[in-house]
Amino acid sequence: MLKIEAVLQPSKLDAVKDALLDAGIEGMTILEARGHGRQKGHTEFYRGREYTVDLLPKVKIEIVVTDELKEKAIQAIIGAARTGRIGDGKIFVSRVEEAIRIRNDERGETAL
Amino acid sequence: MFRRVSLLLLLFACLGIPPLTLAQATSSARPVPSPSAAQAPVTQAQIAALEQSVRTAQTASATAQSAADNAWMLVSAALVLLMTGPGLALFYGGLVRKKNILGTMMQSFAMMGLVTILWAVVGYSLAFGHGNAFIGGFEHVFLRGVGLTPNTDYAATIPEQTYMIYQLMFAIITPALITGAFAERMKFSAMAVFLSLWSLLVYSPMAHMVWGVGGFLNANGGHVPSLDFAGGTVVHITSGVSALVTCIYLGKRIGYPHINMPPHSMVLSFIGACLLWVGWFGFNAGSALGSGPLATSAFINTHFAAAAAALGWTIAEWIHNGKPTALGAISGAVAGLVAITPASGFVQPFAALAIGLIAGVFCSFMVFAVKSRLRYDDSLDAFGVHGAGGTLGALLTGLFATGAINAAFGKNAAGAALPTGAMDGHWSQILNQLAGIGLAWGISIVGTLVLLFVVDKVIGLRVSPEEESAGLDLSQHGEEGYDLNA
Repeated sequence: MLKIEAVLQPSKLDAVKDALLDAGIEGMTILEARGHGRQKGHTEFYRGREYTVDLLPKVKIEIVVTDELKEKAIQAIIGAARTGRIGDGKIFVSRVEEAIRIRNDERGETAL
Repeated sequence: MFRRVSLLLLLFACLGIPPLTLAQATSSARPVPSPSAAQAPVTQAQIAALEQSVRTAQTASATAQSAADNAWMLVSAALVLLMTGPGLALFYGGLVRKKNILGTMMQSFAMMGLVTILWAVVGYSLAFGHGNAFIGGFEHVFLRGVGLTPNTDYAATIPEQTYMIYQLMFAIITPALITGAFAERMKFSAMAVFLSLWSLLVYSPMAHMVWGVGGFLNANGGHVPSLDFAGGTVVHITSGVSALVTCIYLGKRIGYPHINMPPHSMVLSFIGACLLWVGWFGFNAGSALGSGPLATSAFINTHFAAAAAALGWTIAEWIHNGKPTALGAISGAVAGLVAITPASGFVQPFAALAIGLIAGVFCSFMVFAVKSRLRYDDSLDAFGVHGAGGTLGALLTGLFATGAINAAFGKNAAGAALPTGAMDGHWSQILNQLAGIGLAWGISIVGTLVLLFVVDKVIGLRVSPEEESAGLDLSQHGEEGYDLNA
């Protein structure tokens, strides 16, 4: 089992969600987040004063998938979220030790 | 059944009486001509009847004018209150960080309560009682003698209580304007005491000098007749300059200017500024103290100046920073409204456009360049907009005022208005305006410094650093403006 975390532009959330559903991934967790990578924020002006806003609004999607679904999920996210401009986001993949369904104590991949 | 009949009778009585009285009036006004009327000398009875009918007509027309004026003045009073709450409360509330929104709004709202009580007890008397050239007397303490008949010293066609409540709304907004300079860092208790005292010791004397009977700067027979139609000196210079003094005395907010302190809700500020614009019609056009043509003139000038100033600020900002911001546009409109205030009942519409345009550019310069150069933390630009805009407006009033709009200095024997401002060739009016500006600056600086010193010693002005970083909402009021989990 793998956990895939993707940080995205908020405007791409719906497209990524649909692409993941199409790829057969049914469960996901969405977090509203703030952050920056190399893009380093932007500036705003209020009454002539310049403010640097370095933490930008982002969304983070967390999904846990079987190993076989890894590439399919990654391609779905990239396909829906890429604009080719700086600030598109990042994907992180890590191994998950256990998954447990609280309702009936199912364990492992059947719990996904 | 009996009720229905009596109701019907009542209805007939109501419908029947006016025509009857009218018939009587006409019959007494036009005595039935007798065959020999053309030759017969007019009898005493006929003269008496004629006089009676003239008196009746005069009373009727005076009553009608009084009713019209009173209606407009009551609406205007409500409009001026609308400027403080919600107008100013929203405008300022949106500009602070979200942890201070309630604290900021409460400062304006507190003035609606506190100043009202002070005004009824003694404030009105100190502003509009007879007194001397600098402050009113105590004859109207507890509103003694302020009834439903007009006070001909001020407004001959409306009840004095209407005049009193209208002027109260000005007394409320003026200290509320100052709160923009010390936003996010003053104790609620200190703010309440400081601004209450300020209202009595700075506002009331200044209002008396400019508008009060025998006031030093009164355009109508004062020592130095200075023109201030709706409060450029009385409201905007006093509040703006006191704001500057207060923010310097109090010091900067913790972290200013290194920490970002952007407005938390431009939407609230936007709504607030638009409400200010609308309320300002009551502020300026209401200052005609009647519903006649002068009110129209002030109304149009108000609107024109706001529009031109929004444009002026926006263009200046577009050139200076590369983008026309919403905050710039609304700040410009407010600056224009401030600058036209003293001039609104004295100038032609195109002069109002010029005043607005100049004010928009000038105030944006004060806010963009001067504030950061001099490094004071006038948090919401109460000085940059009201102090600077008010001073500019008072000067430009001396330049553009014309007797063609308002014969402020009376008329000559031929019935022509005496020269009013420099436009009429009365250049020395500029000096009178400067005197008014100087006096307003002086009383504001001295009065504010003394009051701040006293309140600081007795109560302490600033919240503690911990309270400041927690925000005024929590530390002063024990609540939060936005609880999104509730």
